[in-house]
Amino acid sequence: MIANERGKKKVTERKLMLGNEAIAAGLVENGCAMATSYPGTPASEILAAIARLKIDTGRPRHVQWAINEKVAFEIAYAGCMSGLRTAVSMKQVGLNVASDPLMSAAYMGVRGGFVVISADDPGPHSSQTEQDSRLMAMLAKIPVLDPDSPAQARQMAKLAYEISEAYEIPVMLRPTTRVCHSRQDLPPAGGPAEEAEVGFKKDPSRWAATPKFRLQLHRALEEKLDALSADPRTAPRLLNPDAAGHRAIAASGVAAAHAREILQDLGLWETLPFYQVLQPFPLHRSFIDEILGKYSEILVIEETTGVIEMQIADRQRVRGKQDGRVPSVGELHPETVESVIRAFADLPGHAAQMPTVPGRRPTLCAGCPHRASFYAVKKAAPRGIYTSDIGCYTLGLNLGAVDTVLCMGAAISQAAGFYHAHRHLTTRPDIVATIGDSTFFHAGVPALIDAVAQQVRFVLVILDNRTTAMTGNQPTPATGVGACDEPLSAVDIEGLVAGCGVKFCRTADPYELAPFIALLKEAVSFSREQGPAVVIARHPCLLDRRRGPSDQEPVQVVVTDDCDGCGYCLKHFECPALVQVKGEERVRIDPGICSGCGVCLSICRNHAIVAVDSGN
Amino acid sequence: MTKIEAKRNQIVISGVGGQGVLFVTRILAEAAIGHRRPVLTSETHGMAQRGGTVISHLKVGDFASPLIRPGAADGMLVLKEENIAAHRGFLRPGGWMVVNAREVADAPGVVCGQIDADDIACQIGQPKAANVILLGFALAWLDGSNVGLWCSRRDIENIVASGADRKRAEDLAAAIDAGYAEGTLKKNRNSKHEARNKHE
Repeated sequence: MIANERGKKKVTERKLMLGNEAIAAGLVENGCAMATSYPGTPASEILAAIARLKIDTGRPRHVQWAINEKVAFEIAYAGCMSGLRTAVSMKQVGLNVASDPLMSAAYMGVRGGFVVISADDPGPHSSQTEQDSRLMAMLAKIPVLDPDSPAQARQMAKLAYEISEAYEIPVMLRPTTRVCHSRQDLPPAGGPAEEAEVGFKKDPSRWAATPKFRLQLHRALEEKLDALSADPRTAPRLLNPDAAGHRAIAASGVAAAHAREILQDLGLWETLPFYQVLQPFPLHRSFIDEILGKYSEILVIEETTGVIEMQIADRQRVRGKQDGRVPSVGELHPETVESVIRAFADLPGHAAQMPTVPGRRPTLCAGCPHRASFYAVKKAAPRGIYTSDIGCYTLGLNLGAVDTVLCMGAAISQAAGFYHAHRHLTTRPDIVATIGDSTFFHAGVPALIDAVAQQVRFVLVILDNRTTAMTGNQPTPATGVGACDEPLSAVDIEGLVAGCGVKFCRTADPYELAPFIALLKEAVSFSREQGPAVVIARHPCLLDRRRGPSDQEPVQVVVTDDCDGCGYCLKHFECPALVQVKGEERVRIDPGICSGCGVCLSICRNHAIVAVDSGN
Repeated sequence: MTKIEAKRNQIVISGVGGQGVLFVTRILAEAAIGHRRPVLTSETHGMAQRGGTVISHLKVGDFASPLIRPGAADGMLVLKEENIAAHRGFLRPGGWMVVNAREVADAPGVVCGQIDADDIACQIGQPKAANVILLGFALAWLDGSNVGLWCSRRDIENIVASGADRKRAEDLAAAIDAGYAEGTLKKNRNSKHEARNKHE
């Protein structure tokens, strides 16, 4: 609601909706009965939005954050095997984790509609890779839809369910960051559609197929793909049918949105036929025939790999990634798309480009407990090898306390690998792995069991801030709360670690810096002689709204005249509340940023950081 | 209050994670919807929100792409002065820039408004409100110009009030007012200055 100029209330018919909220609305409006996910940028808000709809309407019947993407996938898949419409959402690297069930599910197919949402991150803005999930759809042999906007993503959720049920096949919806994290004015979410009747029907030759039956399923899958590549509902659309010319452009996803706007702005809309591809795989056969029959040159613009391009089997006339006209690396910004189109259309002039100016690097928040943990790790094992993992704490890089980041859970297995590689040396480096609580659950547990069995001598610090912080504070299995804030069972991390067979497992609060460093030193010496030692660094994330009231009063700190501007605190503690104003020697505390954690009181070698009320 | 119903507006909002860039983007986008105009935004989420450079693109009118091309933005709200080097390339020739800074930024070819929103935020006891103060400033400073925003101070106050509890709504209104007062002051000073120049 918004008041107009006369102060009279009027109801706005449209609502500002994030792309991920639009996807959530599209799923629930079309009868999604079960939705699962593991958080990851840019996909995280999809399940959060579905959870809000469930709180309002009671539907879908099951909404959950799963321990990882593979588990999330399998839960949602069993739902569609039971006849329900279900959905699983994740970021693109999450699909790597879920690729095992994906490949098999493609063969076995679905009963109720099943949408697999894999959000790609060209750029990458917040990911380890720029991988193109559409290639995973190709590998699994399932259709993939590529939306250009929140509005289209919502429509495609409906379309995905329709073709999933028509062909009994999982359907991938592949939004990118610019769809997930765009907002658009859209009609508000409609009421949830009627959910299908549930009932698992036994059919072992399908649901538990042996290799002989799998061959038949594979044959049936190819037949489905063949039919899908002729289905008019997902066929490419010629958006400017009046345009005539011997050259054409085909584009998909947000690149199609950029291209559409640019063609209009450059006055090319009447002369350059423009096709939007909705389903990059399988590409429609009639479309391939049409464009190869009509045009002497076809420019293909898509993110990130040339998936459409590689299916148009004519290397002489197709322009795109393979001949280097369209970049294969990085996000396709509109100015890049403009440059590509100008060159293709022989248009004079050039697209304005942005200067490459390095931005400000992200950093752990003021008062983040991870900062204290990393500082302690460096004190306890000063020349160690520091393996780390995926989460906010990757930013331990800034503190020199993170040497490696590979993928979810790898901190522990890589620590094992470094141990085995160096263990014959007389002076072995200490190895300290850091992993967040959510990441430990996600993929760390099997690696820890392996390290115990293999007697790996290393210290594992579980940075337990009671939440999945980086992606927006989703619960972990230890939180005891579900996606809709419903109470669940809380899994005990200490018990889990002990169950893995670890003999040294202690928990402490890194805010108590001196005893925490002492504990880590103890763990390091244990690990040198006896095997894995685990320290659980427990302090809640300051951004987590579930965090109860703190029992600690904020500590007001100031920097005294004893500060000689040596910069030690800035370099080794790197708290954003510690600032050095240009032209001033002394470090200052920015009271607008300082959280009052008081950890910095133990950092300064000149004892120049003091508490205001401590009587110092 | 003069309202500009130009066909298309493109605004960049630039800052660092934690300053509330997304909040300002959302308010301005909702104001556009209130005037029944189509809107598209693109936002920074994820790791950059931990104190890194963040930018929002906000496009009001008939657009397909959520991103603004270099040299196409009508204006820019800058919450962190250091971002000017990285982001001013988005501005079209003659575009405007409203900057949270201690002193007026040196930006030739750009119509530049300046406010020390961090300082005012501390003065009114809301150290995190620089974002809304800057927005209030922009509303006043651009009011009546031919490059004004698509919404009034009243629109913004209503949106802010509808999404918050009473205390928070009052705080936000006070912050908008503080920025608006400074914007009015600066604008009047400028027009007097211009009038004097004309006179001479």
